[in-house]
Amino acid sequence: MAETLTRGKCSALVIGGSAGSLDVLLEVFPGLSSQINFPIILVTHRKSGNDSLLTDLLKSRTSLTVTEAEEKQKLLPGYVYIVPADYHLLIEYDHTISLDYSEKINYSRPSIDVTFQSAAEVFKNQLVCILLSGSNADGVEGLKIVNKYGGLVVIQNPQTAIMPYMPQQALNNVKPNVILDSIKMSTFINELINK
Amino acid sequence: MIIDAIDNEQVEMLLNDVLEAHGYDFLEYSHASIKRRITRLYSLDSFVSFAEFRYAVRTDKQYFKRFLEEITVNVTEMFRDPTFYKSLRNDVLPVLGTYPFIRIWVAGCSTGEEAYSLAIVLKELDLLNKSLIYATDINPSVLEKAKKGMFPLNYLKGYSENYVQSGGLKDFSSYYTANYSLVKFDEVLSSKMIFSTHNLVSDHSFNEFQLILCRNVLIYFDKELQHKVFHLFDNSLEKLGYLALGSKESLDFWANAKDFKRIKTEKIWRKL
Repeated sequence: MAETLTRGKCSALVIGGSAGSLDVLLEVFPGLSSQINFPIILVTHRKSGNDSLLTDLLKSRTSLTVTEAEEKQKLLPGYVYIVPADYHLLIEYDHTISLDYSEKINYSRPSIDVTFQSAAEVFKNQLVCILLSGSNADGVEGLKIVNKYGGLVVIQNPQTAIMPYMPQQALNNVKPNVILDSIKMSTFINELINK
Repeated sequence: MIIDAIDNEQVEMLLNDVLEAHGYDFLEYSHASIKRRITRLYSLDSFVSFAEFRYAVRTDKQYFKRFLEEITVNVTEMFRDPTFYKSLRNDVLPVLGTYPFIRIWVAGCSTGEEAYSLAIVLKELDLLNKSLIYATDINPSVLEKAKKGMFPLNYLKGYSENYVQSGGLKDFSSYYTANYSLVKFDEVLSSKMIFSTHNLVSDHSFNEFQLILCRNVLIYFDKELQHKVFHLFDNSLEKLGYLALGSKESLDFWANAKDFKRIKTEKIWRKL
């Protein structure tokens, strides 16, 4: 983890997860510091129609502001943005959100790849991306791009994942900066706080 | 997967070419989305260099047709967001039903799924015979598909579920005939549709409507362009007419939004 501390500014954190990631989020959120001073974007695969459910679940577990991402909204520090079901989320250079209803990627909309890649182009080496539990390979290509732009690639330790396939695919294909047990994740995120 | 083969300057170059050579203006589209569409097409069609891609887009009419179809998003479905269609059925169309004639504009209709969904609801409310649906899109090739009213059979299960959730009254399969992998919708529905190209960026108002549907089109535009299009819709809407947007789109930050009143919790506004 020493590497993260020498990296300097964190301008955004993107967390991607699929099957089995909700448990991790529920474990991580209560531990998050209220001093977090970068936006957190959450891309999770789920069925459309129950957006507010996830927002409400997470809201009750943190003092950070949790909101469903809206079109043209500007990313603000200390806010958690949940990507709405059935839309891809892209980030513009002025740090506003663009939603996109184009073809599914990896059978998924939202696709983690799409947001990882878009965030990498905008935040470059000031981006941190975490890939969690899941049972498809979404996120892997996106992490490669994060890597290329000098962003920090963090992968959940597959041994601590309910569905190890997704983080394992990432480990097989991308060189991570950090491999994290789910239990250490909130501490890790709190250490990203810009002093 | 898309690699970042094309940089921002090249995107701008290409879009300037497109405007100059073909008259289509994409410069006010949201940058991240349009860049992604362009990069996607570039790798899909396996170009070896940007120069080659640029040349094809600029000079090859046939290829430009494909470019236009692929960089605009044409993903759509029937009865998408069933609660929206329920609100049209229960709150909006019965009001319009009191008029002698109903003019509706589906702006950015793509391959027509929304226009056909709307026609089905109108038919069930016994309003189709006095309605006219103007279905427009920037893209001539999707309009050709829309005119045919043929959709892939494997989508119909989902559409049928949406239809039922939206308050549909009939057996959904009574509206189409299946033929191998496609279904064709009843021509009674398309007999009340007029298909035409219309570019929301550059074309003007062409009629006055009581209802305008433009769903999941404006998310691809930047804020300034969105506001221009709201003006266009305002100019094309009768007093007390309705404007329907996509589930993540909103009139809220537009200067004239105060002249519109939102209907319940759906993305439907009534012009005051």
